[in-house]
Amino acid sequence: MPETAADDTPTTRPPALLVEGLAYAYPDGHQALFGIDLRVEPGERVAVLGPNGAGKTTLVLHLNGVHTPGAGRVAVAGLPVAKANLREVRRRVGIVFQDPDDQLFMPTVREDVAFGPANFGLRGAELDARVAAALAAVGMAEHADRSPMHLSGGQRRRVALATVLACDPEVLVLDEPSANLEPVARRELAEVLLGLGRTTLMVTHDLPYALQLCPRSVLVDEGVVVADGPTRELLADTALLAAHRLELPFGFRLD
Amino acid sequence: MGAGHAHLLHRPGDTAVHRLPAQVKVVAALAVVLCVVSTPRGEFAAFGLYLLLLACVWALARVPPGWLAKRALIEAPFVVLAVVLPFTAGGPTVGLLGLRLSETGLLAGWNILAKGTLGVLVSLTLSATTSPRDLLVGLQRLRVPALVITIATLMLRYLEVISAEAARMRVARICRGHDPRFLWQAGATARAVGTLFIRSYERGERVHLAMVSRGWTGTMPDAGRAAAPRTWLAGLVPAVGAALVLGTTLWG
Ligand SMILES: Nc1ncnc2c1ncn2[C@@H]1O[C@H](COP(=O)(O)OP(=O)(O)OP(=O)(O)O)[C@@H](O)[C@H]1O
Ligand SMILES: [Mg+2]
Repeated sequence: MPETAADDTPTTRPPALLVEGLAYAYPDGHQALFGIDLRVEPGERVAVLGPNGAGKTTLVLHLNGVHTPGAGRVAVAGLPVAKANLREVRRRVGIVFQDPDDQLFMPTVREDVAFGPANFGLRGAELDARVAAALAAVGMAEHADRSPMHLSGGQRRRVALATVLACDPEVLVLDEPSANLEPVARRELAEVLLGLGRTTLMVTHDLPYALQLCPRSVLVDEGVVVADGPTRELLADTALLAAHRLELPFGFRLD
Repeated sequence: MGAGHAHLLHRPGDTAVHRLPAQVKVVAALAVVLCVVSTPRGEFAAFGLYLLLLACVWALARVPPGWLAKRALIEAPFVVLAVVLPFTAGGPTVGLLGLRLSETGLLAGWNILAKGTLGVLVSLTLSATTSPRDLLVGLQRLRVPALVITIATLMLRYLEVISAEAARMRVARICRGHDPRFLWQAGATARAVGTLFIRSYERGERVHLAMVSRGWTGTMPDAGRAAAPRTWLAGLVPAVGAALVLGTTLWG
């Protein structure tokens, strides 16, 4: 994966992600988001925490225009997420979906990983190199010619990540990337993400993982941001965690 | 989970038929179907020859007839129609095994049965030897409008999504003590079918969103390769054969 240097002077650039007053109701009338505000600077890694049904996935699906806001606005590196900009927005923001089965649909792993970059105009040797690099980054190179449907849950999750890494997005959005992963794969994923140095938004229920990867966390509950700050401070606030159905794993201490 | 569903109608292989560019196969299949449809229903020998032609292609592609027969069952409703027609149509009648059957009905039934079966067999031969992806690329090369290709993509995807979802739900039911062999549990199966459609639709939507997120705009990125004139000639041999059969029946 090519590296994009994380700029240490973010103030000169528009925020990588800007969400203002975002509200959204599903077509069945269920209101999932009630005014989310979030600003992520280029190069930042931010964890999105919150209980089941808090609206995390719904929020994520606004970041590349899959859902259209009911109210409020979303911008990616200064570019408003609107119909006219969708292609560029989707090139910049790569989303790894919560369920790998939603993401994988091609007959072989290789074709599935090639699908995104080919859509964005890559061809021939360049495309092959991109696919190979993405598969190597998640340790799935030897499964390139198998059907994604025949892989284990964790292997599918890794391929799903590779499909997005291959698009080489500026902003990486991961919806519960560590679920179903064996401990070693989970650590390797962390290494891949740290090595990429991309702006990253990671939804997770795995609080120690959030602490390891993301200096900053936002806590979402019932469709609003209820806390936003350094991950360590957030996780040390036992009362806050308890109020939002979160808790550190047994035996895990912050000191 | 959903193992094996990826190849519902496709039978991967590496034969001359499989390697033929999809656009050539699509044109050949279309031409054969056109010949079959325009053959007068009384020309029984012609239909036999078409079947023989198909059998040659199956032998070349190493597709066992049993595999095709199982999938050809989708035409069962038409078979029923074909069987009913001889009893319902009017006009002169013929005696068969002591039954009075309408002659026009009998011929009309045969017409549906022969042409329907051959049409289904041709389509199955095409899908068996062409992966869904190649098929789409082939259509694209034939300059089929993007909208039609999108609809075709969605149909292919839903087919696989539905069979995968059905397999999962079956496993989930069986794990909770459901035994579909017992008649009194048929209700659960019926309800499952209803749920299946809603779930498949919603999963299909999510797969679609994930495709869109990776920059999909409705066309397959891989434009395939152009077929050389010689490939076209080789691939169209069955179509030429069918045209010859049709020609001789019409003017012979
Ligand atoms: N397709 C849908 N139609 C209607 N309501 C939905 C739909 N998807 C989600 N919801 C509702 O919206 C709310 C937020 O859902 P969302 O998927 O964003 O939660 P989440 O924070 O990602 O939860 P989890 O941690 O379980 O993944 C929930 O109350 C959920 O029931
Ligand atoms: Mg979620």
